[in-house]
Amino acid sequence: MKTWLTTTDHKRIGLLYFWTAFGFFLIGGLEALIIRAQLARPDGGLGVSAETFNQLFTMHGTTMVFLALMPLSAAFFNFMIPLQIGARDVAFPRLNAFSYWVFLLGGLFLNASFIAGPLFGADRLSVAPDAGWFGYENLTSRQFSPGPNVDFWLLGLQILGIASLAAGFNFIVTILNMRAPGMRMLRLPPFTWMTLITQFLVITAFPVITVALVLLMFDRFFGTHFFVPQGGGDPILWQHLFWMFGHPEVYILILPAMGIVSEVLPTFSKKPLFGYTVVVYSGVVIAFLGWSVWSHHMFSSGLGPIADSVFAGTTMLIAIPTGVKIFNWIGTLWGGQIRFTTSLLFAVGFIAMFIIGGLSGVSHASAPSDLQQTDTYYVVAHIHYVLFGGTILGLFAGMYYWWPKMTGRLLSESLGKVHFWLTMIGMNLAFFPMHFSGLLGMPRRIYTYSSELGVTGFNQASTIGAFLIGLATLVFVWNLLRTRWQPISAPHNPWGGATLEWAIPSPPPVYNFTVIPTVESRMPLWQTERHAPMRPLPERPPAPIHVPGGSWWPLITATGLPVMAIGALSHVIPVVLAGAAVVIVGIYRWAYEPFEM
Amino acid sequence: MPLVLLAVLLLLTACGGGADLPQSTLVPRSDFSADLFGLYKNVFWWALGVFILVEGLLLVAIVRFRARPGRAEPKPVHGHTVLEISWTLAPALILVFIAVPTMRTIFSTAGHAPEGALRVEVIGHQWWWEYRYPTLNISAYNELHIPVRTPIQLDMTSADVIHSFWVPRLGGKRDLIQGRTNRIAFRADSTGEYWGQCAEFCGASHANMRLRVFVQSDSVFQRWVDQQRASPATPAKGSPAEAGQQVYRRSPCIACHTIAGLSQGRVGPDLTHVGSRFTIAGALFPNNAEILHRWIMNAPAMKPGALMTPQSLSPQDLDALIAYLQSLK
Repeated sequence: MKTWLTTTDHKRIGLLYFWTAFGFFLIGGLEALIIRAQLARPDGGLGVSAETFNQLFTMHGTTMVFLALMPLSAAFFNFMIPLQIGARDVAFPRLNAFSYWVFLLGGLFLNASFIAGPLFGADRLSVAPDAGWFGYENLTSRQFSPGPNVDFWLLGLQILGIASLAAGFNFIVTILNMRAPGMRMLRLPPFTWMTLITQFLVITAFPVITVALVLLMFDRFFGTHFFVPQGGGDPILWQHLFWMFGHPEVYILILPAMGIVSEVLPTFSKKPLFGYTVVVYSGVVIAFLGWSVWSHHMFSSGLGPIADSVFAGTTMLIAIPTGVKIFNWIGTLWGGQIRFTTSLLFAVGFIAMFIIGGLSGVSHASAPSDLQQTDTYYVVAHIHYVLFGGTILGLFAGMYYWWPKMTGRLLSESLGKVHFWLTMIGMNLAFFPMHFSGLLGMPRRIYTYSSELGVTGFNQASTIGAFLIGLATLVFVWNLLRTRWQPISAPHNPWGGATLEWAIPSPPPVYNFTVIPTVESRMPLWQTERHAPMRPLPERPPAPIHVPGGSWWPLITATGLPVMAIGALSHVIPVVLAGAAVVIVGIYRWAYEPFEM
Repeated sequence: MPLVLLAVLLLLTACGGGADLPQSTLVPRSDFSADLFGLYKNVFWWALGVFILVEGLLLVAIVRFRARPGRAEPKPVHGHTVLEISWTLAPALILVFIAVPTMRTIFSTAGHAPEGALRVEVIGHQWWWEYRYPTLNISAYNELHIPVRTPIQLDMTSADVIHSFWVPRLGGKRDLIQGRTNRIAFRADSTGEYWGQCAEFCGASHANMRLRVFVQSDSVFQRWVDQQRASPATPAKGSPAEAGQQVYRRSPCIACHTIAGLSQGRVGPDLTHVGSRFTIAGALFPNNAEILHRWIMNAPAMKPGALMTPQSLSPQDLDALIAYLQSLK
């Protein structure tokens, strides 16, 4: 127990990220199932109240984006990046632990709002955030959202932002500085490349949302008027700031999954990634363009025809590098010897579903067309094809691919295939009919709809699909837990992968590599035209390897942040100061902690 | 592949069979909504073509190149420059065919109505709509009446949070923002009743912020205008409505509602001609005695977050009040 609380080992932190994020993924999924159950019937549904429903969809979005998908990617960053680049750990192991604890505590803080009602004198148990994951001003101003709900949201997101920023800097430094000899930039595995791009997006986009949240906090706590029209502020400013973060965030969510797919396809088709450099550079282009499209979320807010044209144009442009990636993946499969493992199925599923999400995105890029679709279920369909069909299927591909490396145990392939097919059927049944609900006039974020809209049947199909996804996820949970009870040991390289993580035992020893390998090609474990496969590493380290001991200070420092947030929430200044003191003392002791332990 | 068929099939049934669905974007009934639908169809057919091509390639790849025993090791192909260039240029070319009509439509639907358009100011409230006709000197609530084949310009703003005015068959949505005025302009093709609702999340009863648009022939519209211009109906001596008028005078209703000559409340909708409306509570319920009964006694139970507090009226007073409200044609 103590060793887990104080650990600075990137592999243990990766596992902690995985289980925590997976737990939040289940919570977010449960919220989605209640939403879908309510919408199975029109005109009042199953009786979920408007207030509860608004909390559920707000927390579903917030949880899935910040507490499930980003940290599930982070689980793989943590576990795999040092292994893929041939390093012993990340550049700042204690900062890495700090990121995890801040993420955990921020997630718990946000979710505590579900039971914190009585503490704030509310007449209901739950005071969860209820203004949408996008928190549009001026609905989120104190005037229109007087309760603690939005405070939980804006403080929770600030805490989580710290975790993301710390991790972002950590991984950029790690990837740039900790590469094994010979691991040149254009020899980095594609997953590492996409991670690097993602982290640049994180460190540039999160400051924007942080600024927006701080301004919102000032408006709500100290009566400033940054976003309040009566005071000369502008609610549209919030939309610009939020989407300047929010659109790069979409690529923060999808690029790691694209990286995973770019690892899985070559391994299981026994062919190098087709157009490696093009895949890498298209990722870079996507990241750059991702910064120039934010206002396509605001076509209905009346920006004027010039701005609408510009953002329609940039948004269409981003389809090009995305399409290039898809063609290169198909090129990778073409001419290969494809083994249909669960991991490969999920990767192919990713491509097939992401195409649908990408194409429906083009109808949003066409600004006038989007005036009919924005804020309807058509957009809900689009984001779920991108974030579920894209990110989540990609993450599942990664879980089946790397689980043996992370735990030393193989997942069941037959259960995996049940999981895959149930997920595919479920997601298409859930999300495809949403296109029609939207086209027939069903807005999103409504707790009930009129039976006369003619969308009841489509909603019922969506509900059945959502519960199939739930069932599929249970199969996956069973598969994960089975590896504990009926372990099947994994060899070093169960899939015949080409990258460095497959050169070492599963699970890897605490020091990762007995000897830091020297890299001569992009696929060190494969025979290529010019290079023989890397020679196996010695079984035992030829010289003793120093492994740093754990530290309490990342955890202690992290606890100061939610304490500060609780103080702000309850308007008790001494608690804020106490939290700040914990953070400052924690950082001080951390900085002066003896190197050797 | 089955997905494609499903998509086409469903879209076609939706287009053909969905003609009477009140909020469908697929049955445009104005120049504005027809432009948007035309653009959507353009994108849709391109997307369908790309979908069939790319998913087809993917399918061929995984069927043709599945691992079979005895097959030679795959050739380690690293890439192909000509292919890379062509699959960068091809999507770019397709996008030109989408971008050009997109830009054209952006400018043509920017909200400028021609001279002589009927101008209506739309004001969003949590969770109901107010319409002012400055040239006609009348107001309407939740139900917008407009003449057919006449250019209409809506100048829209909000009294509180952001709302979005959306009547799919008449046009795309545009947000109502406090301190700003956003415009849409359109010309409805055919008379009828069109449904819409708020499309921007605006708090507890966002789902209940609905609206109706009645597109009417010039004569019917003129009759409606005259009706709305008239002073409120005076109840006959000794009628239940007259008793109801007395109840209204001494009730808390007057703090929030206006009836011309009786009260000047501005919190809720004007009730001067409430009896002429088909719906109440943000076009959420039909305007009949039973609904009014429940609504007056406990509005928040029917519409979460509604500001109207539950009233405690004796059954006689309530019946009289409802008779009075219904008499306000």
